[in-house]
Amino acid sequence: MGIETTELGKDFPGQVIPGGNGGNIVITSLDKIINWGRSNSLWPLYFGTSCCAIEMMQAGAARHDWSRFGFEVARPSPRQADLIIIAGTIVNKMAPSLRRLYDQMAEPKYVIAMGACAISGGPFYYNSYSVVKGADHIIPVDVYVPGCPPRPEALLEGMMMLQEKIRTENMKHKLNPIDGFDKGI
Amino acid sequence: MALTKAYKNTVMTNVELQSLINYWNPDLLCSEAESQFLNITVSPEYLHELALRLKLTPETSFDFLFCLTGMDWGLELGVIYHLESTTHRHKLVLRVNTPDRENPVLDSVSDIWRTAEFHEREVFDFFGIKFNNHPNMKRLFMPADWEGYPLRKDYVDEVNMIIK
Amino acid sequence: MITACETTGIKSQEYFINMGPQHPATHGVLRLLLTIDGEIIKNIEPDLGYIHRSIEKICERESYQQIVHLTDRLDYLSAHINNEAVCLAVENGLGIEAPERAKVVRTILAELTRISSHTLWWGVMGMDVGALTTFMYGFRDRELINDIFEETCGARLTMNYSIPGGLMFDIHPNFVNRTKEFITHFKSKLPEYDTLLTGNIIFQKRMKGIGFLSREDAISFGTTGPVARASGFSCDNRKHNPYSAYDRVQFNEVLSDVGDTFARYQVRIQEMWESISIIEQLIDNIPEGDVKTPTNVVIKLPKGEFYQRVETARGELGVFIVSDGKKNPYRLKFRSPGFSNLSALKKIAEGCKLGDLVAIMATLDLVIPDIDR
Repeated sequence: MGIETTELGKDFPGQVIPGGNGGNIVITSLDKIINWGRSNSLWPLYFGTSCCAIEMMQAGAARHDWSRFGFEVARPSPRQADLIIIAGTIVNKMAPSLRRLYDQMAEPKYVIAMGACAISGGPFYYNSYSVVKGADHIIPVDVYVPGCPPRPEALLEGMMMLQEKIRTENMKHKLNPIDGFDKGI
Repeated sequence: MALTKAYKNTVMTNVELQSLINYWNPDLLCSEAESQFLNITVSPEYLHELALRLKLTPETSFDFLFCLTGMDWGLELGVIYHLESTTHRHKLVLRVNTPDRENPVLDSVSDIWRTAEFHEREVFDFFGIKFNNHPNMKRLFMPADWEGYPLRKDYVDEVNMIIK
Repeated sequence: MITACETTGIKSQEYFINMGPQHPATHGVLRLLLTIDGEIIKNIEPDLGYIHRSIEKICERESYQQIVHLTDRLDYLSAHINNEAVCLAVENGLGIEAPERAKVVRTILAELTRISSHTLWWGVMGMDVGALTTFMYGFRDRELINDIFEETCGARLTMNYSIPGGLMFDIHPNFVNRTKEFITHFKSKLPEYDTLLTGNIIFQKRMKGIGFLSREDAISFGTTGPVARASGFSCDNRKHNPYSAYDRVQFNEVLSDVGDTFARYQVRIQEMWESISIIEQLIDNIPEGDVKTPTNVVIKLPKGEFYQRVETARGELGVFIVSDGKKNPYRLKFRSPGFSNLSALKKIAEGCKLGDLVAIMATLDLVIPDIDR
């Protein structure tokens, strides 16, 4: 389906947690229908903390309309959302709220980290005592969208990549990404 | 909707301000070196009285506090107040220092200028300076159980800060 | 605490509600602790720090050119004006001036930024009180301004076009034509937006008569910008402490006597008209010449204190640099407009209903990263 994996060098500092979506296995037609339904109507949860929130709003506005892809109902309530877009910097004081919002969402749930601050701390990486160096210290992330701030077209490409990833899922073998996250697998 | 009103504009120059303030209290140190405003260094005991006088006297009437900055000078901790008068449009800078780094205490000016309530909480949060007679003296930005005062020059945080 | 309601004999009780950090109407991560009795608000306490990124501490270890890049992220809707503030403070310290061409272009970009910020404010404010159409209209116009910025400066939101000494590179040849086209288009749209919201009876009933702030309180709380000007406090830094090319254009400072929510709304709409008039006066007369005065690669400010005040879309931004002669500042403080405007919220909103609180927060126009720095 076009998803490639590359071999990582021995000195790569991070750890890639396996996706656990059961991809690369033969997909039955029942899976295909369910994945088609899920990927074409992902409802995002706004979690805009700083500057990237403006570009997220522009992606939802008239020129780069994201509701043509199915992300129509963007509400601030986590109970009705499938997808959380972390747009902005995460700070030590905000981190418990982010974890609580993620836990309140119903499965299956996906996460997009938008912007340099959510990926790795961004321009505030050095010399800062209060910035969490990446949202993936708190919740498991599916798609990273780089940029500071990323253009609305870049965010749309990230969302389309997520749609492709969902289309390769297999219901029987899909794992919950939060299992083992806190212990650090 | 009304456009600009004309207020009585009798701006005092730095020389006049300096002579008036020295007339009230000849011990204060006034200088204009290294700054674009007139700087007055005042001791912590006299701060509140001078600030109240500066606001209430009609010739000076400094009613707009536009910046309150906490400073760590290395050995001392201090606060810098930037004042302006909305009627006469002259500006002034007040400076206060305290040599006590363990338990620094200053008088609050939040009864004179209400904007000082939030600014003094911020100075307490970052430098540890407590203010007497403040209505709500607690931390503002950092979580309530944070230890240490981050903007001091000797603040070290091994866990969170990556120094470059 | 139980208060008895005398006419009906029903006892009512105060309870505590959290308008939490993630909320659509707070325009950022602001937590408000509300004590309410039925629908009436008795006490508001803001809880800040959910986006505190310690910018002031980071700036103590960065060079002055690097600090300009961080100031965009403070109040990201007036990004160009923030950059200009730090550049002007450094230029004052070094004793140099930017060339005339740079000053005029900086002023035009600042006024375009102000229009863009007010358009976004208008769109989001309509959305807060329930009119979703304004969101789409406001963002549509904002995209046109973003296109102008992208062609000249390279980025849509975080521009970094000003450097200490002038501008980074010269403007694009299309800049003047595109700006003129935008002004013509916007002049036909702004009356439409005015009638859409301002003349709407439901909107007027929601806005008029709530959220009063008197002039003495505005000065004492240190509010600046449209919030203070709607209460009669004349505080526009473009008039009182002019910088860049503001001393050679004619414009009015918009004041109002009334001080309620509707007055704050009207002041901002009128400010957009004034910005259009400033751009029209300058766009045809951009002087030729260099765009930057050369400075050293490593900038060291002399020992001393430098304070620069500019007028952003939200109020007065002050940049206070204390330098000890090295290449990093000893202390850098940003006096942000939202910080003082937020401290007046408790006075403005006590005694009103929850729905009015949303309208009041919308007209205060807070950007929380600006408050938390």
